[in-house]
Amino acid sequence: MLKIRQPTTEPHASRRAFLTGAAAAAGALVIGFRLDLGGARAAGGLDPASVKAQPNAFVRIGADDTVTVIVKHLDMGQGNTTGLATILADELDADWSRVRTEFAPADAALYGNLLMGPVQGTGGSTAIANSWVQLRKAGAAAREMLVAAAAFDWRVPAGQITVENGVVRHGPTNRQARFGELAASAARMPVPQEPRLKDPSQWRMIGQRVPRLDSAAKTDGSAVYSLDIRRPNQVTAVVAHPPRFGATVKSFDDGAARRVAGVLDVVAISTGVAVIARDTWAAMKGREALAVTWDESAAERRSSDAILAEYREKAKDPGLVASERGDAAGALKGAAKVLEAEFSFPYLAHAAMEPLNATIERAGDGSYDVYAGCQLQTIEQAVIAATLGVTADKVRLHTQWAGGSFGRRATPGADYLAEAATIVKATGAKAPVHLVWTREDDMAGGYYRPTVYHKVRAGLDARGGIVGWQHVMVGKSIMIGSPFEAMLVKNGIDGTTVEGASDTPYALPAYRFEVHNGREGVPVLWWRSVGHTHTAHAMEVMIDELAHAADVDPVAYRLSLLGNAPRLAGALKLAAEKAGWGKASPEKGRGLGVAAHQSFGSYVGMVADVTAGAGSVKVNRIVAAVDIGVAVNPDIVRAQVEGAVGFALSAVLRNRVTLKDGVVQEKNFDAYEPTRMSEMPVVEVHIVPSETAPTGIGEPGVPVLAPAIANAVFAATGQRLRALPLDLAGLKGV
Amino acid sequence: MLKLTVNGATHEVDADPDMPLLWVLRDRLDKTGTKYGCGIAQCGACTVHLDGQPARACQTRIGDVGTAEVTTIEGVSGRVAEAVRGAWRKLDVVQCGYCQSGQIMSAIGLLAANPKPSDADIDGAMDGNICRCGTYQRIRAAIHEAARTLA
Repeated sequence: MLKIRQPTTEPHASRRAFLTGAAAAAGALVIGFRLDLGGARAAGGLDPASVKAQPNAFVRIGADDTVTVIVKHLDMGQGNTTGLATILADELDADWSRVRTEFAPADAALYGNLLMGPVQGTGGSTAIANSWVQLRKAGAAAREMLVAAAAFDWRVPAGQITVENGVVRHGPTNRQARFGELAASAARMPVPQEPRLKDPSQWRMIGQRVPRLDSAAKTDGSAVYSLDIRRPNQVTAVVAHPPRFGATVKSFDDGAARRVAGVLDVVAISTGVAVIARDTWAAMKGREALAVTWDESAAERRSSDAILAEYREKAKDPGLVASERGDAAGALKGAAKVLEAEFSFPYLAHAAMEPLNATIERAGDGSYDVYAGCQLQTIEQAVIAATLGVTADKVRLHTQWAGGSFGRRATPGADYLAEAATIVKATGAKAPVHLVWTREDDMAGGYYRPTVYHKVRAGLDARGGIVGWQHVMVGKSIMIGSPFEAMLVKNGIDGTTVEGASDTPYALPAYRFEVHNGREGVPVLWWRSVGHTHTAHAMEVMIDELAHAADVDPVAYRLSLLGNAPRLAGALKLAAEKAGWGKASPEKGRGLGVAAHQSFGSYVGMVADVTAGAGSVKVNRIVAAVDIGVAVNPDIVRAQVEGAVGFALSAVLRNRVTLKDGVVQEKNFDAYEPTRMSEMPVVEVHIVPSETAPTGIGEPGVPVLAPAIANAVFAATGQRLRALPLDLAGLKGV
Repeated sequence: MLKLTVNGATHEVDADPDMPLLWVLRDRLDKTGTKYGCGIAQCGACTVHLDGQPARACQTRIGDVGTAEVTTIEGVSGRVAEAVRGAWRKLDVVQCGYCQSGQIMSAIGLLAANPKPSDADIDGAMDGNICRCGTYQRIRAAIHEAARTLA
């Protein structure tokens, strides 16, 4: 049997705690929405490996042989629909060509994320990890029910029956039946609670390349995203939002807006002024014609430069101690050599291709249907219900394909969904309302990856070994300042801020990690890999600097410090080997850089090959190695790492959201330009073979890219670029 | 009333001639395969064909379409289109998929004009289409794959 290990829970702990608390808070603060927090599930029954088989919740077999797998997560591009269906279909021995998927309704009891407490949601690279045993058991139970039905119908021993590719067969009597023929009688069989799971040697789909289930619909225009929802008599709403965070509407003149052809209504709401029209274009034209005066008395008016400058000052003071072992300050006093470095990071927008939007429609009985790329269903349902003044059971969520998210759709306050519900309420729910954020709304709407500052001092002994490491970071926590602060932040420290650094796997004899929480009025949020987006860069560039100061090969230096992290060391070694690490650079101005980092229970090593010259960096090739346990679909795993490189590259080279006197300056792709085709390096992804239970790969490819590139730039030019995005203008030729 | 030919069918549209073709397709004709990404011709999600040539629907006034045949992802067909779709599916290019209508329309435009594009040709034809999921490596491979199919 496969040994099922617990998914590494530590990296998820902070987020899991948050989500449990957030749901409770949504209940307590908003509407009296209740979760079964006192039940066995919350008390420890959430162990993802110990769930009972629930075939009826996760699979439906039709008389036409179709096998419909119910997907409890949002698919924003990660391919989890295919991966989740694969897990179930393999145990079921289904015919893959008959497998379909359907997004689950909001139902925390049935469809909660087992790594997030009793909350249905997608994030933290947990979709496959939390569903692994649950879906295997569901598939295996359904298979046993089909076998039991055949044994009963044919009056033969169940042990003589085999199942393959959607066909149930009894060899000795040469009888067989397709799933569809047995579905009705199988449904009457008792549900086995602990069905027998396959040995890995019996897997036919897990670990193989299985074609994605969404490729056809996403290549002929038929895939429906929430922006494509068209309900009868639907109207479109576009909202004029304030130019500065924290401002509110003082007064407005909608005379000209109402004269725009197609504009139906204009209403002031808590987040701005909504223009409701027959179509998107009319709503946008109507918004342009509005004259709004804003009350900016409570607005954030600082520039992002000023905020970062304040952070730099703040880092000089003692902060909250997030992690400490040994006496780092004392060790540095006795060090043969001390290196100091600072790292700064800008605000980043998620900038998913599909701007935020949602449709809400009131049904005849006063309940509501919501169509959106739902990512935190339990909380979204609660917030929408509270806004509309109904109980949560009166709000049905219809999760759609999402045109990206990268974290943005999972907002603790369900911001854009609350706005849609507010408009529905303000207009008396007369017609289905489709709230559409334009690209500019999406980009300037906040909920950014926080701007962050790190300052590191590390000391070496005479032989180049690290004796001590002092680390101070300043950044706005995602949770502090939210209604959940009291519940979720321990001693002022938000785990999503410090993850990846306070828990470094490097064997540092003396280590002190302090954090200061920024308090600016700019809403911040998780952005694909959350705290690791900055902690991995600071740690991995610093380690590289120390290796060079010690005159030791950067891969060997890391390995010498990773004795307690064998899986990370393994991924690092594989990446280095596949990248041809150690060979001399083929040309001047070209070099290799390395980084290794663990996040969300997954381990990634990466080597970047770059050509750097005056004012420019071209990334030629990226070689990555990942250890994520069982790779359910290796091709999708590779795609996620390729995509992580494409996604994060523009944040390494140029992306930043800046504020001038509180006003966001980058509002569209001209000023905040994602990676383009001509910049995309060749990406090679190698997967460490493993039979350990799977973790996730949606996020872990991101953190290593920036430090691998920055370290390669150093190898190519001898110049250290520490801030992100890289200061290309300051890069001299070689 | 403006007459518009979309995927071979003629439609009468009562709209301001300044209205972008993108919103006419999506909100008046319910052809939602063509996507809105930026509204300023920076991302290519709205790429359609006008008389077979790739064009950004968000920057095309319907008053300027005239008698040009509009083709969208839902209606594009023929040997090149099938080769491109087939390659996209064979290599599982898509992730979120939102940009892929535009990517495919640009790729069909490229291969119709240049059946054996080099990497530089691909950069030139595809640089206007943003994929935030970063599927570029597979898009490039799929264009080469489609070119092999067409050879």
